[in-house]
Amino acid sequence: MTRPTGALVIDIEQVTKLYQMGEETIHALRGVSLKIHRNEYLAIMGPSGSGKSTLMNMLGCLDTPTAGRYEFNGKNVASMEDDELADIRNREIGFVFQTFNLLPRSTALANVELPLIYAGLSPSIRRERATRTLQDVGLGERMSHKPNELSGGQRQRVAIARALVNNPSIILADEPTGNLDSKTGVEIMALFETLYEQGNTIIVVTHEEDIARHARRIVRLRDGLIESDGPVG
Amino acid sequence: MGITEILRMALGSLGVNKLRSGLTMMGITIGVFSVIGVMTAVSALRGSIENGLSFLGSNMFQFAKYPVNGGGGDEEGPNRRRYEMRRDITLEEALRYQRLMEGVADVVCVKSFENNITVQARYQNRKTTPGITFCGSNEHFITANQYTIDLGRNLGADDVEFARPVAVIGQAILKRLFPSESPLGKMIKVNERTYTVIGVFADKGSSFGQNQDAIVMVPLTRFLNDFGVARHTINIATQAPSQLLYNETIDKGITAMRIVRGLRPEQENDFELYSNDSLIATFAKVADVIAAGSFVISGIALLAAGVGIMNIMLVSVTERTKEIGIRKSIGARKASILTQFLIESVAISLAGGVLGILLGVAGGNGLALMLKASVVFPWDWAALGLIVCSGIGVGFGFYPAWKAASLDPIEALRYE
Repeated sequence: MTRPTGALVIDIEQVTKLYQMGEETIHALRGVSLKIHRNEYLAIMGPSGSGKSTLMNMLGCLDTPTAGRYEFNGKNVASMEDDELADIRNREIGFVFQTFNLLPRSTALANVELPLIYAGLSPSIRRERATRTLQDVGLGERMSHKPNELSGGQRQRVAIARALVNNPSIILADEPTGNLDSKTGVEIMALFETLYEQGNTIIVVTHEEDIARHARRIVRLRDGLIESDGPVG
Repeated sequence: MGITEILRMALGSLGVNKLRSGLTMMGITIGVFSVIGVMTAVSALRGSIENGLSFLGSNMFQFAKYPVNGGGGDEEGPNRRRYEMRRDITLEEALRYQRLMEGVADVVCVKSFENNITVQARYQNRKTTPGITFCGSNEHFITANQYTIDLGRNLGADDVEFARPVAVIGQAILKRLFPSESPLGKMIKVNERTYTVIGVFADKGSSFGQNQDAIVMVPLTRFLNDFGVARHTINIATQAPSQLLYNETIDKGITAMRIVRGLRPEQENDFELYSNDSLIATFAKVADVIAAGSFVISGIALLAAGVGIMNIMLVSVTERTKEIGIRKSIGARKASILTQFLIESVAISLAGGVLGILLGVAGGNGLALMLKASVVFPWDWAALGLIVCSGIGVGFGFYPAWKAASLDPIEALRYE
């Protein structure tokens, strides 16, 4: 296990996040610093309330820090407007959610094409790239099925294809096996392994030790601070 | 991202809630239908009045006891009573007027109508339906009322002078009484009075539900002899020698009328003056009131429909919070979401509008056809209708769409 040598993708320094809940101020993150390089496979762990979800939202550019520095591929995300963040999410980040979050009335192919639509690509290019990506995740035969006609594992493969289709800098997976049986979970983790070996950068947020062990590096959070950060050992 | 993509997404989600979209659409359809229907009927009538039909010949004006709309439309109202109190215009007055106008205007048509709806013409065992127009006039009737002679001859001055029992008949009478023979020289009976047919008018068509070809014209003198002078007021139509002299001739005509009616200078005219312009203006005034009324009513209907659209779009945004969250998480910009929802509301509104326009044009033309006016498609109103519907879609759809576009992606993704 060698330390990654790729370019710096995510550079977070002393990031804090405060929430106002009525009278109370909640310190979700109290000063987190993290560097993630290209082609890393990282797991973020922590009990509920540790700031794990907040950090994931921040990494995924769904949210901006209250204070601190966040650079994504050298660009300062912390001060970006909503539409700029949307563009970053579209081009640089592929989300995989616990509940899949597919559009229920669209076919697998249409779901995978969606990010390319927002990226402004032409229909023929979209179709070709979405088709190829679905084939890559092993769903070439079921492209015209709607989510409710697919099994949980197949749905998560569609979601992964959607995350991959725009060639993002990172794939951000939030409890990707949480809604799957253990056998299917193993298959999905094997798919992530393949993607990692193909050169993708993968961040998995989980509370399951077994899942985290698939990664090469584990970051543990507690009470809004990084408790430990090191290779899987 | 392309507008076609957003369009496809928006229309796709409308298809999911067909009943709901359809019901919301109905509000717009009803509002647009009412205004387009009324406007179509009005412009069909207006068109047939301004083009197809002139009540009077060119450069003509007419004096009569009653105004063109019979005294304000209210049969029992005080206005009607006022006109009824006037003296009838008699043959003597008309002839005196004619003499006074000699040298000023040579074409003076005097005419009187039998308004009894039982008037019926018969020839041997064939008869017309009751309610034909029976009129006594002189040789200038065809000029004044824009008829032409198709067969035989017009009334002559001597027919009037000697009160000869002769008649000129319209095409509808001809077809009914003489389906396969020449009518000239034949004796027809109108309410048991006998007349010899000397001529036939050419086809004239209908206006305002009145068949202008169901007409029998006899000399005015004969008419008054046969049907009595009581209740037969005479209308006097005068043709100015030229457009240039029109207003001057009207002034002279009014003076002549005042003289024959024996009015003192301080007395008001006890007769009505009308011209093509005044007839059209009278109709236009009525049409404008109808138009304004239907405008206000459908405006209110459209406002209500707009609120309905806003309501349904707010429901839709709430239902689809998760979808909005997903779209935002994979990179939809604010403008994309905004446009998607705006297109949905505009699509509902426009679809309702198009349906309303089609129904309104069909309904309005149906009404116009019943009134024997020609069919029109009111492009200007249809275009205005589409613009207004788009405006309603954007106006009432904006708040829900903006609400959707402004959702926090994290909150939206968490929504179940």
